[in-house]
Amino acid sequence: MKKVVLLVVITLITAVTYAGGYRVSLQGNKSLAMGHTGVAVVNSTESVFFNPAGLVYLENKFSVTGGAFGVFSNVTYQNESTGESAVTDSPVGTPLYLYAAYQATDWLAFGLGVYTPYGSTVEYEDDWAGSHLVNNIDLQAIFIQPTVSIKLSEHFSVGGGPIYVTGSVNFNRNLNRTLSDLDGNRSEVTLDATGVSEWGWTVGAMFSPTENFRIGANYRSQIRLNAEDGDADFENVPNSPLVPFADTTFDAQLPLPAEMTVGLSYQFCDKWLFAFDYNRAFWDIYESLDIDFADENIPDSFNARNYKNASTYRFGLQYEATSMFTLRAGYYFDESPVQEGFFAPETPRNDSNGYTAGLTVNLSERFQIDASFLYLHFKEVEASYDAYFENGVAVPFGGRYKSNAFVPGLGVTYKM
Amino acid sequence: MKNTIKIFIGLLAIGFVSCEPEFENSVTDSGFYSSGDADVSNYVAVGNSLTAGYADGALYIDGQENSFPNIMAQQFSFVGGGEFTQPLMSDNLGGLLLNGTQIANNRFVLAADATGTPLGPVILDGTPTTEVTTSATGPFNNMGVPGAKSYHLVAPGYGNVSGVATGQANPYYARFATSGNATVIADATSLNPTFFSLWIGNNDILGYATTGGSGVDQTGNLDPSTYASNDITDPNVFAAAYSAQVDALTAGGAQGVLINIPDVTSIPYFTTVPQRSIPLDAATAAALNAQFSQYNTVLLPTLVQFGVITQQEADLRMINFSAGQNFPITTDDDLTDVSQVLQGPPANLPAALANLLGQLRQVNNDDLVILTASSVLGSVPDPGNPSGVIGVSIPIGEEFVLSAVEQERVSVAANSYNATIKALADANGLGFVDARAALAQVANGGVSYDAGLLTSAFVTGGAFSLDGVHPTPRGYAYTANLIIDKINSLYNANIPKVNIGNYRTVTISNNL
Repeated sequence: MKKVVLLVVITLITAVTYAGGYRVSLQGNKSLAMGHTGVAVVNSTESVFFNPAGLVYLENKFSVTGGAFGVFSNVTYQNESTGESAVTDSPVGTPLYLYAAYQATDWLAFGLGVYTPYGSTVEYEDDWAGSHLVNNIDLQAIFIQPTVSIKLSEHFSVGGGPIYVTGSVNFNRNLNRTLSDLDGNRSEVTLDATGVSEWGWTVGAMFSPTENFRIGANYRSQIRLNAEDGDADFENVPNSPLVPFADTTFDAQLPLPAEMTVGLSYQFCDKWLFAFDYNRAFWDIYESLDIDFADENIPDSFNARNYKNASTYRFGLQYEATSMFTLRAGYYFDESPVQEGFFAPETPRNDSNGYTAGLTVNLSERFQIDASFLYLHFKEVEASYDAYFENGVAVPFGGRYKSNAFVPGLGVTYKM
Repeated sequence: MKNTIKIFIGLLAIGFVSCEPEFENSVTDSGFYSSGDADVSNYVAVGNSLTAGYADGALYIDGQENSFPNIMAQQFSFVGGGEFTQPLMSDNLGGLLLNGTQIANNRFVLAADATGTPLGPVILDGTPTTEVTTSATGPFNNMGVPGAKSYHLVAPGYGNVSGVATGQANPYYARFATSGNATVIADATSLNPTFFSLWIGNNDILGYATTGGSGVDQTGNLDPSTYASNDITDPNVFAAAYSAQVDALTAGGAQGVLINIPDVTSIPYFTTVPQRSIPLDAATAAALNAQFSQYNTVLLPTLVQFGVITQQEADLRMINFSAGQNFPITTDDDLTDVSQVLQGPPANLPAALANLLGQLRQVNNDDLVILTASSVLGSVPDPGNPSGVIGVSIPIGEEFVLSAVEQERVSVAANSYNATIKALADANGLGFVDARAALAQVANGGVSYDAGLLTSAFVTGGAFSLDGVHPTPRGYAYTANLIIDKINSLYNANIPKVNIGNYRTVTISNNL
């Protein structure tokens, strides 16, 4: 088991975008197919993430689920007064997950989860119109969560566990709108921090008044990733004491907000299951991205974000069509934590609608294949980031944005 | 399993990678913008250094890429504009070689001392690689030739490389002239432009102005072959050359814009060094006044009395210092030369003193002191004579001061050129771009953009490069916007303008 976890950690390529902020809601193929609901659903080891309290209700002694998604996402930008335009050329993201659950007794279960709920990979063309805000960013965070689940009574269970996070960030942008070397190459900085680790925790509860009806709640703590002594690499800076940008180190803090989920599931007409989740992400801790350079000559960088708490409303439906096929579909509305005037192109998120579908194929008693698909639709939006300053003067960067994402996913489940 | 996932994702990648979000109305769609009644598919720019993208005292690649015609051409690409070629230099140093010998300096950069205090423009270090005799294959859409005057554009041989060494030809044009006896205007029209810009005539007055009026006002002399480089071109010579250019450019039915000549007082080369540049304490001022007391109170009134000079000239020639900032002394060749008179009776001054006083006066508020005077004023040219201070005891050369009389000559000529340009624009239905008014606005109050004000303040204002004459890329972007505005209004077009805040100002470097 340990080997598998390590393998997953090592081969994790990129955790990517889409959901409010840099939250990536792709933590299981079965759940995603149902609009990424799951706080009150008991049907797989995905409960390690969605609600540890549900693990104790799983029927098998041991089960393990792993899967991956391919995130095909793009952002287009245009400024109609100047004709400037951009299309991101972001690489395909592949968030992965692996969950295992072990039924110790009929009232006690253990679990382990490895997943990637935060990340962002956005690549604009170098020196594009907003390059003073971002050229490209690659943010990754891997969560490892040992879990315990306890049935306290026939109708009530709790669960939870500590979370170990290890993350990295690589961020490149131009120093400002115009500074360049003698050949006209724009001056830029790359910030790179790896192996940033921190602890957090999660706890959940589930109330099952009948076999067909469950109510769940889950809370995940906030985690502040402190990047210390990351590398700041300055390029194409003119040789002049007027711009004393030499390579140095930096400290920065990136908050991963706390998240509260409540929801219910209801099984009806024997083969149908309806699920509803409400997420509240406490994004208001993300006030500013401040980069503190070790070199005293280099001015620190303050980038206001002013995120607000944001809600997501999720709806899912499951239909056990045959003993071989289980079909799922869902929808969610994802409210953006980005406030007006703080629409930064590094996380260009406005409210979005997610449409999901998927199925499970029972190959045998023990093997299942899970597949899902998400289409995330963002409305065209006219927005700006107004907190960029040039010589003390606010210089808004605005325009029209449109984003979308196609996310196919595939997983496998083994039970015994 | 992992392989299966990879294959699965790979297959899906083919399907989804093309699913980019598309705007309902994309700026890249044809029809989003419009060139109206204008056909900008083949744009040719004709002119001098301002068209070439010259800046910081040199022509270099980054400056050329930020030339106003190149900026315009990029915006034209939204409305059917085609490729825009430029005779790019070989490097970003900017100097020129003629048969391996350097004949033009590298660009200026803004240097700073170790504490980060700017030192001012300094020539960038490096060996330039642009060889005049290595010809670029012209013609180019950008036919801007640094240094060209109006009549040069129609002069055969102006690009003959064998004439460069003797000053008969222009090294920049020699690089890309299609033949030794080609003319700039013929090379330009050979491209069959559908649209052109013509901005010429600046150098017909600028050489005179930047050398403090050291050339000759050739008004009345209709033979430009007798002109020296710092002379003012006769307005009729200008009109004839300009009219011929407009005829040639419009002969194939091209549309275009004509841009007029800005006032020299709009550029920091003439407005940066203050008239009062000599700081004196009260004791020094009193001592200097004592030295000039005889001159002010006896010599000048006597000269007036004898009718050698007018009272008005005597007033102009009075020398007075006071504690604080003072006007430097200068010589002015528009004053009556009294050096011979002073050597005779009744003054009987020694020759050296008579020569010093011969055309002496103090700079006054009507003068413009040129940028390069800043390194001369207050300096002591002879270390053995510490009291010989330029501006105080040694007059600053007349080539550093553009007097009111000289400004008037420049202004009369420029106004005449501008009247010609306006008349030809009207007569030919071409766009008339009033760069004179626009740059006056930059100089007086400035033009606002998203991060502040674009002004003509030297180094800090953003509009002018380190030579004090030519715009920065931001200044050129502003120029491009002015012209696009004119095209939009005249031709019912909707061509997007650029955000001038995205264009750089002066370049900094300590590579000296």
